[in-house]
Amino acid sequence: MNNPLIEIKDLHVQFRVFEGILKVLDGVNLTLKFGEKVGLVGETSCGKSTIGKAITRLLYIPPAIITRGEILFEGKDILRMSQVEFRQIRKKISIIFQDPTAALNPFFTIGTQVQDVIRFAERSGKNTGKEDIRAHAIQALKEVLIPDPERALKSYPIQLSGGMRQRVCIAMALVRMNKLVIADEPVTSLDVTIQDQILRLLKELVEKYNTSIILISHNLAIVRELTNRVYIMYAGSIVEVAKTKDFFAHPLHPYSQGLLSVIPKLTGGGIGEGIYGSVPKYINPPKGCRFHPRCKQVMPICKEKKAPLFKVSEDHEVACFLFKNGV
Amino acid sequence: MKNNNINFEKLSSQTNRLARYWYKYSRNPLSVLGLIAIFIIVFMAISAPYLSPYPESAGPYVNIVEANQPPSFVHFFGTDLLGRDIFTRTIFGLRLSLLMGIVVLSLSAPLGVFAGLVAGYFRGRWISVLIMRIVDVFLAVPVLILALAVCSILPPDVFNAMIAVSIAWWAVYARLIYGVASSIKGEFYIQAAEVIGASTGHILFKEILINCLSPIFTKMSVDMAFVILIGSSLSFVGLGAQPPTPDLGSMVADGARFLPNHWWMAIFPACAIVIIVLALSLMGDGLRDMLGSEEV
Amino acid sequence: MLNNNILTVDQLKKYFIVNQGVLKAVDGVTFSVKNGEIFSIVGESGSGKSTVAYMIIGTYKPTTGKIIYREKYDISQGISKRPHKLKKEIQIVFQAPGTSLNPARNIKQILEVPIKIHNFSKTQSELNERVLELLEMVELSADYMYKYPSMLGGGEKQRVAIARALSVNPSFVLLDEPTSSLDVSVQAKIINMLIQFKKIFNLTYIFITHDLSLVRNIASRVAIMYLGKICEIAPVSEFFNNPLHPYTQILLSSIPVISHEEEALKPKRIMSMGEIPSPINLPPGCSFYSRCPKRMDICGIKDPEMLEIERGHVVRCNLYSK
Repeated sequence: MNNPLIEIKDLHVQFRVFEGILKVLDGVNLTLKFGEKVGLVGETSCGKSTIGKAITRLLYIPPAIITRGEILFEGKDILRMSQVEFRQIRKKISIIFQDPTAALNPFFTIGTQVQDVIRFAERSGKNTGKEDIRAHAIQALKEVLIPDPERALKSYPIQLSGGMRQRVCIAMALVRMNKLVIADEPVTSLDVTIQDQILRLLKELVEKYNTSIILISHNLAIVRELTNRVYIMYAGSIVEVAKTKDFFAHPLHPYSQGLLSVIPKLTGGGIGEGIYGSVPKYINPPKGCRFHPRCKQVMPICKEKKAPLFKVSEDHEVACFLFKNGV
Repeated sequence: MKNNNINFEKLSSQTNRLARYWYKYSRNPLSVLGLIAIFIIVFMAISAPYLSPYPESAGPYVNIVEANQPPSFVHFFGTDLLGRDIFTRTIFGLRLSLLMGIVVLSLSAPLGVFAGLVAGYFRGRWISVLIMRIVDVFLAVPVLILALAVCSILPPDVFNAMIAVSIAWWAVYARLIYGVASSIKGEFYIQAAEVIGASTGHILFKEILINCLSPIFTKMSVDMAFVILIGSSLSFVGLGAQPPTPDLGSMVADGARFLPNHWWMAIFPACAIVIIVLALSLMGDGLRDMLGSEEV
Repeated sequence: MLNNNILTVDQLKKYFIVNQGVLKAVDGVTFSVKNGEIFSIVGESGSGKSTVAYMIIGTYKPTTGKIIYREKYDISQGISKRPHKLKKEIQIVFQAPGTSLNPARNIKQILEVPIKIHNFSKTQSELNERVLELLEMVELSADYMYKYPSMLGGGEKQRVAIARALSVNPSFVLLDEPTSSLDVSVQAKIINMLIQFKKIFNLTYIFITHDLSLVRNIASRVAIMYLGKICEIAPVSEFFNNPLHPYTQILLSSIPVISHEEEALKPKRIMSMGEIPSPINLPPGCSFYSRCPKRMDICGIKDPEMLEIERGHVVRCNLYSK
């Protein structure tokens, strides 16, 4: 299918706090097609988690305010839907959170939690017997390579290690055979060897079930492993969109280039100097391009106007006036 | 020039902090109500001799002619069996209750907090075990019973009542601070202080205690209410302030005999107790919201 | 006389008694740190790397084993028994984020503490001066003096922690995952700052991390720890060209990288099996036995010894013991 699964159009989100209004998301546009694996990359507080929460309507409105924009899921605007309607859509979307310990209820066994998810799923039509649900749960745990799933069903989250818990969360996310998975820093809190295993597992399962995935992370290397397209965010706006391969071969936006230069590389060569300055405060963001105070190639227009996404080639767009006329 | 800038930063940062605290406190209108009520009560208590219409009623005064008068414009809360103005006596009684609360907390809280700090920081060592066992003994007896026991040994007197309640009360603070201090002990900044070479005194008072202040103050405001209640209970049974000193508890006791005919003699002092206890509790709730402590 | 080894750690062990049995957090660790180098300790969770650091700075007392500073001072007895003048010498910067700054004190009060304790200034205005100098050193403006830690970002808090550690003029600084959860650009600033300070103040660092890419770029020697024991120690260049221990090889092959050149450098994809076992009541033999793709029967029985394969490159593995 060529119609996009998710389309975010001109999303503006603000937060009301003690000091005033934080203007976080400043016109975000994002598309995701069926079966696509997209990465949303940015540093802390750039707004990437906010987008994830906006899609699943997990933002607390107040203090969050959506001032403009729409999010279309299969063509329908989910921001303005009623709760009842959205509940049907919710069944098609699942989230994998950063901290598996916090995502699992410590008072219930793994079995109870996984089976609960199955029971509330969309396809629970024919297989609703207790035995069927239990079999389904065991199958789900086997797929995420949990040894001895029978025993795992009876265990409590606290008895499992971090890697195991995250596998359970992945099982819960994929067991419903839904259309979209939003993974918010799914492997950041895990050890590096476990991280590797979980990433590979996620990739396999997503491809097997042809689910679309939005991978939110601040780790560019992880995004490179798992996605085929990547969005780079800075201070609430998308600054670059490209196919993953293209991006790492030719990063165009000054921020992207700066970011890639400071990642320590296995080939050695020291660590880059870093990007001058620091992330702007949302209470009073810079006028025009939000990156301009830190940009080495700043031009007068950058201080006045915010650059839209300019198309540089097929599937590669940059929000920078340097590329106003192509490369 | 540089110094001026720094002072400005200091001032604006502190003002900002206060503003933030007030913002959190005022989210709940009831807490603000409690705060206003406390201000009024404290103001009345301080200016009692000047504010009350019949200050002599607070002392040895008898006026049989005016006795047993119901509430009127002359005597707002009526008079008691000896002709003393109940409104005046209530204000003075509030004063005494507040004083009791302040004295008891000033004695018991520092002692309890100090014991708790030492026990918490040296957790696992013999000194901590010793302190907490003593605390356990004191906590095993209900506060009122312990206070009664102490009061019955000493001559009945308002000061002795205060001492009695203090003896019963310190252990509660010790237990609270023991918990907070032992959990703070494991934090990195305490280890950092040790590695830098800070003395134990510095760590106890300047690093750990500072982080205990929010549960302490919250607890103290709620405790005032309890202490006042216990003080009133003690004087209700005759073990606190002696006549003719006006005390809310003994006023209720004296007036209870005359219910329901001369209802004003008991009801007004009782209401005063309720109001001050309620106001303190509401203020305590607000403090808890403001300082963000969940342990109390 | 130039002290060659600023720190020597000999058969260091730290055992904890827990409900289920004995937790061998650190189980016989031996290494030395040369004056002026950056020695890196790498390990995953449960490896014991932080416990080693805490024993060096004195928060934990070793169960057995010795820690020798500058080849003459025995500092194995914990911080309370350490002479006051030695306390200045060894400092630590804790993990980020974390509560290494007292949340109820502002930055000025936090930075004043070490200055006051070691009597570096006599009057209040000297104190203020010194605090401002420290802030300038870590590139924080003067208006940070009256801010509270909750108002600072992760990178800024770490800068204050570094300023505090350096305020007492130490010679030896332990850095326990100082940039682990910080953004890459913030990390770059902090690392560059640390390297600069090392040059200016003649410091020696132990850099604890789980990020091998970082190690590649800043450390001179690296030690890999697994479940309380050291698997391999080597100079950094040697290490990345020729990793010997199977665990090391697995670690290297799991690192996510961002370029093809780096991919080529990694050992071929060796799938790591299974989970990291619990450090409580470990079975006999090599601690890596349960997950080792190259395990032999003897590995389940005999715990291998540290062997020097090449100059400065030691490994603890039955594969290399002849």
